[in-house]
Amino acid sequence: MEIPKSFLGYKRENGRAGTRNHVIILPVDDISNACAEAVANNIKGTIALPHSYGRLQFGADLELHFRTMIGTGSNPNVAAVIVIGIEPKWTKKIVDGIAKTGKPVEGFHIERTGDIGTVMKASKRAQELVMWASEKQREECPISDLWISVKCGESDTTSGLASNPTVGNLMDKLEPLGVHLCFGETSELTGAEKVCATRGATKEASEKFMKTWSAYNDFILKEATDDLSESQPTAGNIAGGLTTIEEKAFGNFQKIGNCKFIDVLEPAEEPKKGKGLYFMDTSSAAAECVTLQAAAGFNIHLFPTGQGNIVGNPIEPVVKLTANPLTAKSMSEHVDCDVSKILSREMNLSEAGDKLIETTLRVANGRLTCAEALGHKEFVMTKLYRSA
Amino acid sequence: MATDIIIHDKKDNVGVVVIEKITPKQDCKCWIMEDDSSTNIQSMDEIPLGHKIAMTDLKEGDTILKYGHDIGKVVKSIKKGEHVHVHNVKTKKW
Repeated sequence: MEIPKSFLGYKRENGRAGTRNHVIILPVDDISNACAEAVANNIKGTIALPHSYGRLQFGADLELHFRTMIGTGSNPNVAAVIVIGIEPKWTKKIVDGIAKTGKPVEGFHIERTGDIGTVMKASKRAQELVMWASEKQREECPISDLWISVKCGESDTTSGLASNPTVGNLMDKLEPLGVHLCFGETSELTGAEKVCATRGATKEASEKFMKTWSAYNDFILKEATDDLSESQPTAGNIAGGLTTIEEKAFGNFQKIGNCKFIDVLEPAEEPKKGKGLYFMDTSSAAAECVTLQAAAGFNIHLFPTGQGNIVGNPIEPVVKLTANPLTAKSMSEHVDCDVSKILSREMNLSEAGDKLIETTLRVANGRLTCAEALGHKEFVMTKLYRSA
Repeated sequence: MATDIIIHDKKDNVGVVVIEKITPKQDCKCWIMEDDSSTNIQSMDEIPLGHKIAMTDLKEGDTILKYGHDIGKVVKSIKKGEHVHVHNVKTKKW
């Protein structure tokens, strides 16, 4: 298949391109959710991103909170942002961070005004922004403007046999075209960590990966009361035939094809070394991982599933694929790309990779994903430790 | 062309069932992805889609190989053609 050289995206002020054109209402903290949701209810075409945190966090955990907030607002799938927080200082910090992209962003704080006054002021500005954004047109963008993140979920052995290798095949074909790529799931590489480390493009990248994985493993060994075999693999994984974390890890790892990763990112950290594959230190919980990748600037997500994970994200479209014929049949409303014919050998891996590229480009051009049509908007902040 | 079981790597001692299920005493066709070769095995158990079958006799302490890599240890001996899963295999991690 000849791979198209472009897609239709929204060009942003900072040179990035979006596959979506959202206007978001971003609460800084848990207690500002009600205000943000009221604004989104008033002004059609905007979306609120409620979440559970943002108060009394400190240190690396607070830094991650700000990085995720600022990164989410800065994502090129977002045209404009309203930020609402309880206090002015943290609200302004997030507004200033997002403003560096050049996109319209305005902050409102609730103290000394109350919810009702804040909702009124923020709604007026949100209306202006959404009407401004509604005139944006899709334009031809080079395929290298795609930043593709990947994460698998509810995996079973069909993931390692077929749907993850399909993503790997897509990576092998798109990497030479200059796209950015990202995989994560630190915990789910356990058992394959030494093999994964050999896939660093440089000695520094390999060492950084082993350091990240070891820090995670030390944390598990410290916190675990028994072992993780009740959580990893999950009950869904086991029902699907996966027996151990090692088996899951080698299956998981098929997603990067033959690519080598050029750097290791902190959670929600924006890649800075140009085109190519990055590893990000993330949880393996679906919504947490995708939220972090979206906050790092990735604008389309590929999600292979075995038993049928249904996750979506409010700003980054999540494309589902499965190779499990039972999932493809019984949960068809969640499956954007069915590659189950690989198992019956009616389709080879390269054909499946082409099919996934075609689906990815249709979604990049504007086709809704199953998760978008079904209203999946899971926005889940990662919290590193308890608050002060 | 169609197959009942897929084996990732020639070194593997397990294969994955890729039809809805296999039944005891079924003669199964196996495809080895690595070198595109074929083999056969008779099953001992009913094994559902996605679950593993032992391609050889395995005793306690043996290593299970899949993708050509170590994915865990045998904790209860397994006969060729039997179901391989959490009842007879455990992780070497954690």
